[in-house]
Amino acid sequence: MKLRRIISIIIKEYTHIFRDWRSLLIIILMPVLMIILYGYAITLDMKNLTFAVIDDAKTPESRELIRGFTESRFFILKYTDIKRNEIESLFKKRYIQMALVIPGDFSESLVSNRITKVQLIVDAADSNVGTFINNYSNRVAQLFNEKLNNRSPGILGLEPRILFNPDMKSANFFVPGLVALILLLICSLLTSITITREKETGTLEQILVSPVNPMEIVVGKVIPYITLGFFNGIIIIIFARLLFKVPINGSLALIAVLSLIYIFVALSFGLMISSVAKTQQIAMLATLMATVLPTIMLSGFIFPVASMPLPLQYISKAVPATYFLIIIRGIMLKGIGLAELWQHAAALSGIGMLMLSMAIIRFKVTLE
Amino acid sequence: MMLPIISIKNFSKSFGGTKAVASLDLEVEKGELFGLIGPDGAGKTTTIRTLVTLISPDSGEIFVNNLDVKKDVRKIRSITGYMPQRFSLYPDLSVNQNLVFFANLFDVPKREIAERKKRLFQFSNLEPFAGRLAGQLSGGMKQKLALSCTLIHNPVVLILDEPTTGVDPVSRNEFWTILKELKKEGVTILVSTPYMDEAVKCDRVAIMHEGMVLARGKPETMTASFQNRIYKLAGQDLIKHINSIALIPGILSVQSFGDSLHLTLPDNQAKENIRGKIKNILGRSFQMEPVEPSLEDLFIALIEGKSRNGN
Repeated sequence: MKLRRIISIIIKEYTHIFRDWRSLLIIILMPVLMIILYGYAITLDMKNLTFAVIDDAKTPESRELIRGFTESRFFILKYTDIKRNEIESLFKKRYIQMALVIPGDFSESLVSNRITKVQLIVDAADSNVGTFINNYSNRVAQLFNEKLNNRSPGILGLEPRILFNPDMKSANFFVPGLVALILLLICSLLTSITITREKETGTLEQILVSPVNPMEIVVGKVIPYITLGFFNGIIIIIFARLLFKVPINGSLALIAVLSLIYIFVALSFGLMISSVAKTQQIAMLATLMATVLPTIMLSGFIFPVASMPLPLQYISKAVPATYFLIIIRGIMLKGIGLAELWQHAAALSGIGMLMLSMAIIRFKVTLE
Repeated sequence: MMLPIISIKNFSKSFGGTKAVASLDLEVEKGELFGLIGPDGAGKTTTIRTLVTLISPDSGEIFVNNLDVKKDVRKIRSITGYMPQRFSLYPDLSVNQNLVFFANLFDVPKREIAERKKRLFQFSNLEPFAGRLAGQLSGGMKQKLALSCTLIHNPVVLILDEPTTGVDPVSRNEFWTILKELKKEGVTILVSTPYMDEAVKCDRVAIMHEGMVLARGKPETMTASFQNRIYKLAGQDLIKHINSIALIPGILSVQSFGDSLHLTLPDNQAKENIRGKIKNILGRSFQMEPVEPSLEDLFIALIEGKSRNGN
């Protein structure tokens, strides 16, 4: 292994990168575009849920109950005074997600000692929405009861304290995950086409007959892209902070260092694909398949790893993003440090070394 | 034991079930300009790629400068210059950057790079274009740059795979002049080409067909030792009757060369007898003159002879 050869490959790769300013622009703008698109599209926050009310009572008490819903930022009252048989078609047309039917004897029933029943109809096609409406409505009912009965003693009241994401903003959960997804995708795509491009143009054949060895080629190709990937990472985090107001409670330096390790994993993965794929198209397709799906499905990006079936949990341990998600969410939201995260950082480094070695081993210095 | 600078003994190579090269023997002496002649699929590229260690032989003993292609891969790569068939440089790097990149890859001492570039510019005339991107050079200039890049480390052996395919005639000529210059400087050159007119410029050639060497030697002596006689037929509408002429007993082969035909007859075949038969077919007069056999005639005769023996 000669430093001089590695340096000359590094210089060559940088020249490729900066000569082709169009690609460079795409490399820089794509993450920004992705974070904006994904950041606004992927959200589990409940907002603007529409509902209808049939108020047969029309008393101060019934209006009080309705106000319990309309006062929150989650619900919008869209239909009042409709006929009962219209409700179903409103649900089917997806105009409303919830309907509230208040019986005519509502107020009388409240003052007598009976149990008063109000009908709540919920569209639970999206089970998350259904659950949310159900929970929220119970809470409204509870508050209504408390107000009515002036908090009779002996009623149990939970006093929750929400840690790390007190506003329960889903952006705080997703945006750090997006950093993991976008970095992995961009970085592995970058390197996956570098070797295949040289295979296609024939320059690889010219390089191979030199005394250069696979290690020099692979290392020489990783280093320029690490800087490019790191630059991308910085842009993504700046946008995450500015657009989505995601908190960064932990150390920025630690994020930087551990991101470098993660970028290294992604680049090595791309090189591994590049060393076996014959054309750029195959390389890109394989990279997309092998990064996006596992990262979204199996890393805890949306679905918690702990609630997956056991075999999938094992697979998730091989997905680099699984570790990086814990790291970046930990640092950004919980403000934790290396003391809590070193195991995940070590696992990530291990995966990276393994992939780089495989890239070097599988890289053929012959044409067969 | 001192072997010739390139020594191939009993070399075979198959891809899948297809035999690319079958028990090939070939020797190239130091300082020679050696031509590997043959049509596409003759096994030239397979032979060359094996010599430069890009593919490994199925069987056979192959040495370059006394180095075994199976064992001394790295050493062979540092003493040979190889220009692939689809020679390609980095189009987004300048002429200068390409040269320096290959100099670095081949461990050319740093202080020597400038001097070697100067020497290479002398024969390539690329100096005025040193700052130009390789992708913006003409075909001929690209080819000269590719050659310069393969020469930057002063290789002992230069191996070129169809270097002039797809290059204009003027640049082809210029390229061969450069090769002759290099030969004068003592570089051993192995070059493959499908063009017979280029083959004549080599010291020695080997004619390859379907993975085998059909004939080898100096181009002059090869054509001189040609067993058959070649006659050139000139006249009207000859091409129309090529098939009926070919059926005349005693004619070995008929080839069209533009408007005229080349007739190959065995040495002992009576020329007048044939002339009469052709006249019967054509029904009009024509010219029939003996011509010096070219490498191409030899090549065609060899292939036809081979397929006749095969049947």
